[in-house]
Amino acid sequence: MESIYLGIVIAPLAAAIVAGLFGRTIGRAGAHWVTIVGVAISFALSLVVLKDIVIDGAAVFNGTVYQWAVIGDIRMEIGFLVDHLTALMITVVNFVSLAVHVYTIGYMRDDPGYQRFFSYISLFTFAMLMLVMSNNFLQLFFGWEAVGVVSYLLIGFWFKRPTAIFANLKAFLVNRVGDFGFLLGIAAIVLHTGSLDYATVFGRAELLDAESIEVLAGRQWSVLTVACICLFIGAMGKSAQVPLHVWLPDSMEGPTPISALIHAATMVTAGIFMVARMSPLFEYSEAALSVVLIIGATTAFLTGLLGIVQNDIKRVVAYSTLSQLGYMTVALGASAYAAGIFHLMTHAFFKALLFLAAGSVIIALHHEQDMRRMGGLRKYMPITYWTALIGTLALVGFPGMSGFFSKDALIEAVHASTTFGAGFAYWCVLLGVFVTALYSFRLLFLVFHGEERLDSEARAHLHESPAVVWAPLVALAVPSVFIGWFTIEPLLFGEFFADSMLVLEEHDVLHEVGEEFEGSAAFVLHAFTASAAIWLALAGAIVAWVLYLLRPELPGRIARRFAPAHRLLVNKYYFDWFNENVLAGATRGLGRLLWSVGDRTVIDGAIVNGSARGVAALSAIVRRVQSGYLYHYAFAMVIGLAALIGWLILRG
Amino acid sequence: MYVPLLSISIWLPIAGAVAVLLLGSRRAELARWVALGVSLMTFVVAIHLYIGFYPDHAGMHFVERMPWIGAFNSFYELGVDGISMPLILLTAFLTPIVVIAGWEVIQTRPAQYFAAFLLLEGLMIGVFCALDALLFYVFWEAMLVPMFIIIGVWGGERRIYATVKFFLYTFLGSVFMLVALIYMYLQAGSYSILAFHELPLGMNEQILIFLAFLIAFAVKVPMWPVHTWLPDAHVEAPTGGSVILAAVLLKMGGYGFLRFSLPITPDASQSLAWLMIGLSLIAIVYIAFVALVQKDMKKLIAYSSIAHMGFVTLGFFVIFATIANSQDEAGAMLALQGGMVQMISHGLISGALFLCVGVMYDRLHSREIGAYGGVANTMPKFAAFVVLFALANAGLPGTSGFVGEFFVILGSFHASFWLAFTAATILVFGAAYTLWMVKRVIFGEVGNDGVAALEDVGRREFLILGILAVSVLALGVWPDPLVEAMDTTLRELLAHVMESKL
Repeated sequence: MESIYLGIVIAPLAAAIVAGLFGRTIGRAGAHWVTIVGVAISFALSLVVLKDIVIDGAAVFNGTVYQWAVIGDIRMEIGFLVDHLTALMITVVNFVSLAVHVYTIGYMRDDPGYQRFFSYISLFTFAMLMLVMSNNFLQLFFGWEAVGVVSYLLIGFWFKRPTAIFANLKAFLVNRVGDFGFLLGIAAIVLHTGSLDYATVFGRAELLDAESIEVLAGRQWSVLTVACICLFIGAMGKSAQVPLHVWLPDSMEGPTPISALIHAATMVTAGIFMVARMSPLFEYSEAALSVVLIIGATTAFLTGLLGIVQNDIKRVVAYSTLSQLGYMTVALGASAYAAGIFHLMTHAFFKALLFLAAGSVIIALHHEQDMRRMGGLRKYMPITYWTALIGTLALVGFPGMSGFFSKDALIEAVHASTTFGAGFAYWCVLLGVFVTALYSFRLLFLVFHGEERLDSEARAHLHESPAVVWAPLVALAVPSVFIGWFTIEPLLFGEFFADSMLVLEEHDVLHEVGEEFEGSAAFVLHAFTASAAIWLALAGAIVAWVLYLLRPELPGRIARRFAPAHRLLVNKYYFDWFNENVLAGATRGLGRLLWSVGDRTVIDGAIVNGSARGVAALSAIVRRVQSGYLYHYAFAMVIGLAALIGWLILRG
Repeated sequence: MYVPLLSISIWLPIAGAVAVLLLGSRRAELARWVALGVSLMTFVVAIHLYIGFYPDHAGMHFVERMPWIGAFNSFYELGVDGISMPLILLTAFLTPIVVIAGWEVIQTRPAQYFAAFLLLEGLMIGVFCALDALLFYVFWEAMLVPMFIIIGVWGGERRIYATVKFFLYTFLGSVFMLVALIYMYLQAGSYSILAFHELPLGMNEQILIFLAFLIAFAVKVPMWPVHTWLPDAHVEAPTGGSVILAAVLLKMGGYGFLRFSLPITPDASQSLAWLMIGLSLIAIVYIAFVALVQKDMKKLIAYSSIAHMGFVTLGFFVIFATIANSQDEAGAMLALQGGMVQMISHGLISGALFLCVGVMYDRLHSREIGAYGGVANTMPKFAAFVVLFALANAGLPGTSGFVGEFFVILGSFHASFWLAFTAATILVFGAAYTLWMVKRVIFGEVGNDGVAALEDVGRREFLILGILAVSVLALGVWPDPLVEAMDTTLRELLAHVMESKL
């Protein structure tokens, strides 16, 4: 099997290298063929692994590929851990990546950077696979940073645009803030376990909890809690949790296929995956779980509200992604790791679908992204419309669709949780359902229904996108509808993740939820009677219908009526304002101060050149002594001699 | 057959320098080829040092010893261990690259230019090989001369100010070191560095000796606050001079700490470790802020070098606190290894970045960030290299820049949480100043007519940047060969340093 695992990561890497270095030689078609074949091989192999692990019940693979370095008794290695979680993740990553590769042929058709783009997305696939297949913290960090870098390159893909190169720098730096915490978390773990290997570290989790570390003077904290919170700061960066979420909406400056692949389906879920993978650590730290829960809940609710006031089609979907990442994080905090991963999977399908559908609209309208200049597109783009509708229904949790199962199970699990903050989180995720439905249907209505607000030229050229664009939409729509129905039972209530996650008995909320579970159909029926979520979603849809189709003048009036609240939302709670003016401004100011005062005035001016001037000044004085007159020298000798004799006498 | 590999690697480039000088600039083409041939041959010799090196074998390798100055009981004694061998390899690797980089660019007195670099190479290798303190001192001081000439003759407009500053700064530092060396000679009766290691010294003696060495080495590294000569020297130096200065000359300071300060004055090192750690952290944080606001690319990279060298000194002196706080030596080994890997890696990355600035300078004759913008539009291949080296400078995993920082941060976490916290800020700041520069220089719309007329890298430039890119990636993906080569030596050093001389 080991060669299969190697093949899974090497195929996209090799394709990326070929397309990147020899792009001109192999041409545009060559570039997309080589990368698509690379990812297709990887996908096929991951299906083999999935079958091997899930159906044939193969044992967990945990092995080393090569030794990176050995220092003292710390072995640093590159290696793979393949269990149910890995098998699921590589399949999802490769499936979405493959769909995006195909879609890109259509979306980037006229772009001069065609080969470069394919090289990047294959490289991204490689990095993401390295991340999810890792069996140690070193490789995890490699994958973690590597996906960040490819994201940086892709957000800034159109490097002539000032907004794009602002956004990519911002994304990288905000992620680096998270990585800063992540690295400290890794350092804490290495210090106290002497290992980077997951299995070894997990085996010592309880011991870690017993050891303490003094971060603030006089305060002893459990090493485990400190390590888990530091690791979670990394997750907050990558999975865009408040307050490190600010980079994700701006990342929409990148081409749409990567918004779907990286900023919805895969990279941003790395944080979720990581916490789930680290469940044997997080489980022993109540404090860390509470932090996760509260941050996630805050993100889920607050960023969802922002989606309501956005007019850029991609930004609405981006805020939706933020909010859904918050949902996944809440699940992790409630120890329902499986529910978090389950939502990650369904979300990967329907959110990639929504992004690609948005992209289909954008290319049909020649790169128009403002929803105020759309409307009524349903009849021009039927396939895009129907797939977008499926994506929307899945997102809002329409009974029976994939998102319904994952979101409902998640809400139930939070409801059952007793971790500190669970009550707050429950209300956030519940009200979030209403918000989700509101912004989702707002988007759907503004784009596909109602009056046509297009300009006449756009309307003249308007038609359904080509097959390379709509085929991936259909391919993603299928699992968006069905995957929840078939997988909820084994994933959440079965033994699927038994080999990859640890849940302590007192935290096992999914077990509680599962006791009432009597099959997918019953779960759907149960939702109508026992869950508020479904009615909240319906209410959201109705409100959206009233506001954006029935009485389109209402939203403006509401905005004027509640101007302060509206301003708060439009300004995104002033996070960006604070970061740009206060943080970045202070940093640059301090830099200028240290340079002009510290380096130039004090060190160079006063000390270095000052001592040079000092020597010059001293010489100027001393020079006068050498007057050249003999009687001056004789006089000096006499004085000196007298002083010497006087000193000898006095001393004597 | 016995081959004095170390002598060859010292005297071959020096003889080559003489040959190139004799050829003269009238036969510039031939002079270039001879310079390249000699530097490549030296590199081959250096590779043999790596091949013939037994990582498990403690102590010095390839030792040569013959009487030199009998009156002072001074020997011509050479040898390398896991600390010096990689540095020699780095020196011998970069010199051919510098020769190629100056191939067409240097039109005034080309023979003298290449001769100066060959001479410098031989002397630098001599510094790393010398096991006799007097011999070491001779190489150490002689090294200043070719560098002085390189900046003073082929430098920019303010080259005289820069050279004088460079010379006075480093020369002043060395004088104190000489006093310390003579004092120890009087104690030990010989100039053998290895004998100095075993020399029993009282605490006061150790402190004074340590401070004398500190002045010499801190200037070279350079450590805050004796760093201000570096930005000036870099800005005025020709590209090749900047590359060697950043890649090898700065490493002399770090090498000095490992070869002299730590083993000769272990107790003083321990009691003054707080000072060294403090200065290192100031270098990492303070300099990061300063780097952020630079408008000159070479200055920015120079400041970035100071911050990255802060990791080296941090790694070397954090070991005492690390050992005190943990039961095993793993943390201290991480810190030492990290400092060493950081030196090698910084040599490759800063060298590459200075070459990149040189490529642009050769075309537009400006180092100002504001004079560029949108270079990626006209120089796509070059832009790819710059982005790669910038990311390596920002410590991206998979490049060599990550390895050293990672080790040092892990090692210093053993000493204290806040120490690691402060050091790790380089993750954010290092990325900020490097990538912000990339944003303003490489990305964006074409900034002006000058940028619009730029031609992408030629074959010669592609070759040297490509070689450096491959080595930066190789070291990042698989640092084990380097780490393994240094392991035994550093382990021995650690054991030695942890044993009090009092």
